[in-house]
Amino acid sequence: MHIESVLTQIGSKKEKKTGAINYPVYFATTYEHVGLGESTGYDYSRTSNPTRDVLEDAIAELEEGDAGFACSSGMAAIQTVLGLFSRGDHLIVSLDLYGGSYRLFEQIMTRFGLSFTYVDLRDPSNVVQAIHSKTRAIFVETPTNPLMRVIDLSMISEFAQKHNLLHIVDNTFMTPYLQKPIRWGADIVLHSGTKYLGGHNDVLAGLIVTKGTELSEKVSFLHNSIGAVLSPLDAWLLIRGMKTLALRMEKHQENAYQLAEFLRSHPEVDQVFYPVFSGEKDIQQKQAQGFGGMLSFRVKEGRRIASILERLQLIAFAESLGGVESLITYPATQTHADIPEKVRKEIGVCDRLLRLSVGIEHVEDLQKDLDQALKGGS
Amino acid sequence: MRFETKLLHNGNEVDEHTGAASIPIYQASTYHRFQVEAQGEFEYARGGNPTRNALEDTIAKLEQGTAGFAFASGMAAISTAFLLFSPGDHLVVSQDVYGGTYRALTSIFSRLGIEVSFVDTTNLHEVEQAIQKNTKAICVETPSNPILKVTDLKGIVQIAKQYHLKTIIDNTFMTPVYQNPISLGFDIVIHSATKFIGGHSDVLAGLVVIKDRGLAAQFRQLHVALGAVLGVQDCWLLLRGLKTLHTRMITSTRSAQKIAEWLQEQPEVKSVYYTGLPNHPGHHLQEKQASGHGAVVSFDLGSRKKAFEFMNRLTLPLVAVSLGAVESILSYPAQMSHASMPKEIREQHGITDGLLRLSVGLEHVEDLIKDISQALQSRKTYSL
Repeated sequence: MHIESVLTQIGSKKEKKTGAINYPVYFATTYEHVGLGESTGYDYSRTSNPTRDVLEDAIAELEEGDAGFACSSGMAAIQTVLGLFSRGDHLIVSLDLYGGSYRLFEQIMTRFGLSFTYVDLRDPSNVVQAIHSKTRAIFVETPTNPLMRVIDLSMISEFAQKHNLLHIVDNTFMTPYLQKPIRWGADIVLHSGTKYLGGHNDVLAGLIVTKGTELSEKVSFLHNSIGAVLSPLDAWLLIRGMKTLALRMEKHQENAYQLAEFLRSHPEVDQVFYPVFSGEKDIQQKQAQGFGGMLSFRVKEGRRIASILERLQLIAFAESLGGVESLITYPATQTHADIPEKVRKEIGVCDRLLRLSVGIEHVEDLQKDLDQALKGGS
Repeated sequence: MRFETKLLHNGNEVDEHTGAASIPIYQASTYHRFQVEAQGEFEYARGGNPTRNALEDTIAKLEQGTAGFAFASGMAAISTAFLLFSPGDHLVVSQDVYGGTYRALTSIFSRLGIEVSFVDTTNLHEVEQAIQKNTKAICVETPSNPILKVTDLKGIVQIAKQYHLKTIIDNTFMTPVYQNPISLGFDIVIHSATKFIGGHSDVLAGLVVIKDRGLAAQFRQLHVALGAVLGVQDCWLLLRGLKTLHTRMITSTRSAQKIAEWLQEQPEVKSVYYTGLPNHPGHHLQEKQASGHGAVVSFDLGSRKKAFEFMNRLTLPLVAVSLGAVESILSYPAQMSHASMPKEIREQHGITDGLLRLSVGLEHVEDLIKDISQALQSRKTYSL
């Protein structure tokens, strides 16, 4: 079946009693046992919930994994996966990654004896240099946030297999509509479901997909024991959002491509980061079905950032991404504020950088809004 | 202001923009910055959401703490609280703690280097003996789950002060209706709000209240960074549940007392655990530190076979895990709430194969006793 059909059909024909096309929201926290030791398969909602199950099965199918897990936020999903590791374990991580992940790794998990090395994963020699006897996993974002660097997933996977490492991919920017990391050898795929999967800036959610029975069982144990699970209504909203994922992604990337072209030739813009224009365009074309709806750009004059943001009429200045509405973010003070300034600048998240999550408004309106804001007062 | 009034009037009952008599559900994940330079109160929903704020402020006021935090489940609240500690830190924990807490401590946090001693916290001497150089906190549940042993909260606070330890309590069974651990000196109060606070078997949630500002600020960082926050609709459902918390607790407790007294008279029942019974070893202490005995009654029928027969005959209560709902719920701790505890440890704590736990709901008490009576095949005729 084509992915469009899988997406549209999430949950349909699953409600056997009434035939309701739209799967119900099961708010129940607990389930009656017909007799002792005779469970219906549902005991307590933290362990499993029918509505959450539909979502978890759907994301597992879409990502071509063996099991799916829904968490209360993207960070809760990452926290749950980090529960796989023990004191002394080491992880190799994408150099520029979401600031919240960086904060969790550096401010909390290091306290528990985990260590992290951040490398530019585009260059295999960096990975070779970072590995040591305690390395257990490679954590990849591709394209990276916010610099849109493309990492070759099969190259990482080959390396992970050779050294017996878990290959973890944060697939938030691409979604399974554009990229299926498990096809390229990933063991675990993570999503901030808050972004494209939900797609309407109205749900906070995280998803995990695992490959292999043993790994799936381990994550299932952690998911239930740590308890950072997604609420049934939010699971239902995510399902609802995913039904239009294909349409939205097509429109997001069509708009993003046009805006990227426009910004590239804009006199106030120094540089545009979008996978089409990167040196890794071929890798992106090999491992993904498109370039996505995210782009970043550097303006020429950093001191004008505030006035540009203030002049924007249509595009909201807010954290987050992946919603139908366009959002613009200033990574230096928002998404990546928790990364020390020196590190931030070294990796290229400088004070002139803006990140744009391109929505599904008409592209001419977005272009006009950006143009007047960039030109204004200059 | 009295507690019943505070439940309904605590500053979070009216929407300030429209006057709406119920806080709206702000189903937004992010917030626009109207002024670029000034960060607004709300930025991203993991960091804060107006509906969640209303709930967090309400529970903070009810528990008399400085800040409240809402989580995706009681276990998410407990997991986040344990991450306040670091490798090499040691905790003294009630030995008959909830099975899920036991599992998290022994299979996840142990791997991260947090050490635990499980002790009988009803014995203050044992608590003091368990304290080591690296001990950082004492964690208690009182009355304990499921056999309702009572820990002396003031006594625990005294020991903690002497050794500079944090004090953590799971207040799920009592709720702030009956027990205010912060007023007795506790630092952190945790709730599985799935239970009495939600009260309708329809929300999975956890709440944490912190006494001091400094610790609250530290905890806020963990709450936001780890992200096990509660969904917005669920926050609203908890706010709705809280409005009837007092009346629900009072009614269920009254019925629980009657049921416990009745069970005690039945020859088929080996033992009854309820702090409202004067012969319960924790009865007086409970009356001193809490204003009620709660809605949970446990009783032992002597064997697995008898417990199973009883459950199969019972018609009214749900046979299920969980507790604290409008509907009565009967659980079999050995295979449900405490299944993740090794059998020999479980039995040491009185969680035998004949033990049943009844969370008394809001059905009429006569209907409940009639049902229990027929399920016991009691030789005694039913009378109240």
